[in-house]
Amino acid sequence: MTKQKLVIIGNGMAPGRMLEHLFDQDKDAYDVTIFNAEPRVNYNRLMLSPVLSGEKSYEDIITHGDDWYTEHGVTLHKSARVLEIDRSAKTVTSENGITANYDKLVIATGSNPFIIPLPGKDLNGVLTYRDLDDVDQMLDAAKDGGRAIVIGGGLLGLEAAAGLKMQGMEVTVLHLMPTLMERQLDPAAGFLLEEEFKRRGIDVRTKANSHEIVDDGAGNVKGIRLDDGTEIEASIVVMAVGIRPSADLAKTAGLDVNRGILVDDTMRTADPDIYALGECVEHNGQCYGLVAPLYEMAEVIADNLLGGASGYSGSVTATKLKVTGVDLYSAGDFAEGEDREEIVLRDASAGVYKRLVLKDNKIIGAVLYGETADGPWFFDLLKKQSDVSEMRETLIFGQAYQGGAPLDPTAAVAALPDDAEICGCNGVCKSKIVGAIKDKGLTTLDDVRAHTKASASCGTCTGLVEQLMQVTLGDAYNPAAVTPMCGCTHLGHSDVRRLIKSKRLKTIPAVMQELEWTSSGGCAKCRPALNYYLVSDWPDEYADDYQSRFINERVHANIQKDGTYSVVPRMWGGMTSSTELRAIADVVDKFNIPAVKCTGGQRIDMLGIKKEDLPAVWADLGKAGFVSGQAYAKGLRTVKTCVGTDWCRFGTQDSTGLGIRIEKFMWGSWTPAKLKLAVSGCPRNCAEATCKDIGVVCVDSGFEIHFAGAAGLDIKGTEVLGLVTTEDEALEHIVALTQMYREQGHYLERIYKWAKRIGYDEIRRQIMDDTDKRKAYYDRFVFSQKFAQVDPWSERVSGKDKHEFKPMAVLTREAAE
Amino acid sequence: MNAELKNWVAIGDLTDIPREGARVVKTDAGCIAVFRTVDDEVFALDDRCPHKGGPLSQGIVHGTSVTCPLHNWVFDLATGLATGADEGAVPVTAAKVEGGKVLLAADDLARRSAN
Repeated sequence: MTKQKLVIIGNGMAPGRMLEHLFDQDKDAYDVTIFNAEPRVNYNRLMLSPVLSGEKSYEDIITHGDDWYTEHGVTLHKSARVLEIDRSAKTVTSENGITANYDKLVIATGSNPFIIPLPGKDLNGVLTYRDLDDVDQMLDAAKDGGRAIVIGGGLLGLEAAAGLKMQGMEVTVLHLMPTLMERQLDPAAGFLLEEEFKRRGIDVRTKANSHEIVDDGAGNVKGIRLDDGTEIEASIVVMAVGIRPSADLAKTAGLDVNRGILVDDTMRTADPDIYALGECVEHNGQCYGLVAPLYEMAEVIADNLLGGASGYSGSVTATKLKVTGVDLYSAGDFAEGEDREEIVLRDASAGVYKRLVLKDNKIIGAVLYGETADGPWFFDLLKKQSDVSEMRETLIFGQAYQGGAPLDPTAAVAALPDDAEICGCNGVCKSKIVGAIKDKGLTTLDDVRAHTKASASCGTCTGLVEQLMQVTLGDAYNPAAVTPMCGCTHLGHSDVRRLIKSKRLKTIPAVMQELEWTSSGGCAKCRPALNYYLVSDWPDEYADDYQSRFINERVHANIQKDGTYSVVPRMWGGMTSSTELRAIADVVDKFNIPAVKCTGGQRIDMLGIKKEDLPAVWADLGKAGFVSGQAYAKGLRTVKTCVGTDWCRFGTQDSTGLGIRIEKFMWGSWTPAKLKLAVSGCPRNCAEATCKDIGVVCVDSGFEIHFAGAAGLDIKGTEVLGLVTTEDEALEHIVALTQMYREQGHYLERIYKWAKRIGYDEIRRQIMDDTDKRKAYYDRFVFSQKFAQVDPWSERVSGKDKHEFKPMAVLTREAAE
Repeated sequence: MNAELKNWVAIGDLTDIPREGARVVKTDAGCIAVFRTVDDEVFALDDRCPHKGGPLSQGIVHGTSVTCPLHNWVFDLATGLATGADEGAVPVTAAKVEGGKVLLAADDLARRSAN
């Protein structure tokens, strides 16, 4: 039997979820084709705000990668906006000329941002906040700094404002109503929110009616003029005043459309073979813009597509604002009324405000600000219409106070009924999570997310899910799913790196202050890590903190077990000469250096040098043309080479020349851990390039680039990055790969561990396939080298850090008496 | 009491020592590491880790602790005691700053020489 054809218009979160339900129940029921107007796969739109603020990247928020579509046999047409539905022929046709037949059609066209018809609305720099393209445009604008004006003080507008501020822009929010988020918050909570935004340096203007967007004369935004004549200069204007269901396509096809596409309880439109799903839908007079109702609809359609008869009966929704550091929760109806009572709790010093609206002893609305942990519990009581008269007196204090239970947060979760909703986005209840943990033996948050979807969308219920894991697993659960950097913080390396960028933290004290370090001056673990991250992220602005460097990097030599040092001068690509060897021999004699040894990286190591002698040793070596070999650095160490076409009868390329070129290009750069390279002139691989951090194996047709090898604590052959044909390309790829590692690696994490964590394919994709990305990495490396390529030995010979090498005082017995 | 009446020996200026760093003072009875914290307190310990003899003056100074550069033992600068899981102690020489000068207690220096 041939499969039925299912065509979906739109590739947002709702159809993605619908397909997951469909495939879960019957993988083979339909041949699925998706038309997506956006040029990409399905991603988690709720996470756009963290992408804007820099707390997450696009890659972090992908729901279904390309592999998923292949695996499930789904045809995905990207950048294919559908222009026409022909209901009699049962086909849809896209702008770029693709036509597909359907047996069943799902319209999931989502919504469009509402554009206020102001003069100037079409100028360059007027943006909306709806998809990743909008975010990219905002991030682009943020690079130049200046002021952004956000029109709209609702959920989206405030998230946009907070994100732009974190990207370093000055931000003004214009809101027509007297208080922020008036649809979700009562005036008191709206005021607290306004104060919080002002405290963050965001200029909030309520009752602000925009009159026109001002032109700079060249078609770009110059600013905005308000009705009262005030003018505010700005380089971008973001309109975030609401959304309208995108129903034009359905209307043209002759389906019944009001505000949105009209559907019955089975989510069918006027045409029984056509369903509508998501923000484009109007059900019982309601349109929805939050994810939970859309997911409920998705489940109903999946069921009906497989012959079921479940129905959708509308949703009660709860809202959380996704701005880091602002805790806000609202649900239901909280307008005042004669038949309504309210319970309010204010704690000004703690910045807490809670308000419950009751009718007939049942909660009908809840607003929580500053402390939202009880939100789901109140929401549960609200949805179930529970009678709360028994616990009225303590209700506002939350669940932990009911029945005299102790104030243990896990006790509150333990006390929740089995059907209490934990994850509002995905409609996951407590019993489902607990069941999955027990049946499948889940022990990590990621596992629970993968199996149940709980906390996999907006992530605000993560704390609750973790508490559930704690309750279910007891001591078997290690809540530190992220290993903290050290005892001074609960944040892991990735979080710290991300926050340094997004909060633009540029000194170690700033990092410790803003990220709430628990120790006063850090420790020997976090200080060198932070110093590296700051050097790597702000090469031109950050002043290296020598006191945060390990002794080897402070004195540019390697400390030995007896407190003496070893010194390794650079020998580019492992090549040397009689002059250099003679100079080394002279230094060894002059300073009575007890041991001289060849290293694994083709260098000469002089061991047992007294610290006081180091500057004089370097001075002599410097006269012979030597610079520091950085054999002590978490940075570029050596490029080992074979003799290649210069001498070897098997050599295919000038491996020595390439090795020297790479080393001269990359010396001085700091990396998360030491970085050792090698270039072999043929696959016989005499330079042992296939166990290096980065290696090149020359072949007749070019240069095979390898990476992520190890021959130390672990032994691991390299992965192949790819083949390039010229030396220039080889250099560009190696440099770009190094920069990617510099930007993402955890301190002391060798490249093979980083690569395993990120994924070899992802690295190949960014370095081999994505030319723009590769060039951008390359450019950033080149920029940072401007500040890194200073020979530390000659600096110290000329007197820098003199104090390091001399005793402060010499006390003889007489002086002490 | 006698113990209170320490004589002090000046070894140099506070500014000779980098903040969150250390300098070495050579004595007949071995080196002393003189530490300066981020808020300009000074401490002096024997420059020798009781574990494997590592030079503590070369370690990273954080808060009022120093981490030995050889195997990461951490010592409290005020007491000389190892912290965390490690057990051990480094002899302390009393130190203070007066008028921008760093002073070491002569009694402690004398006691070290006598040992």
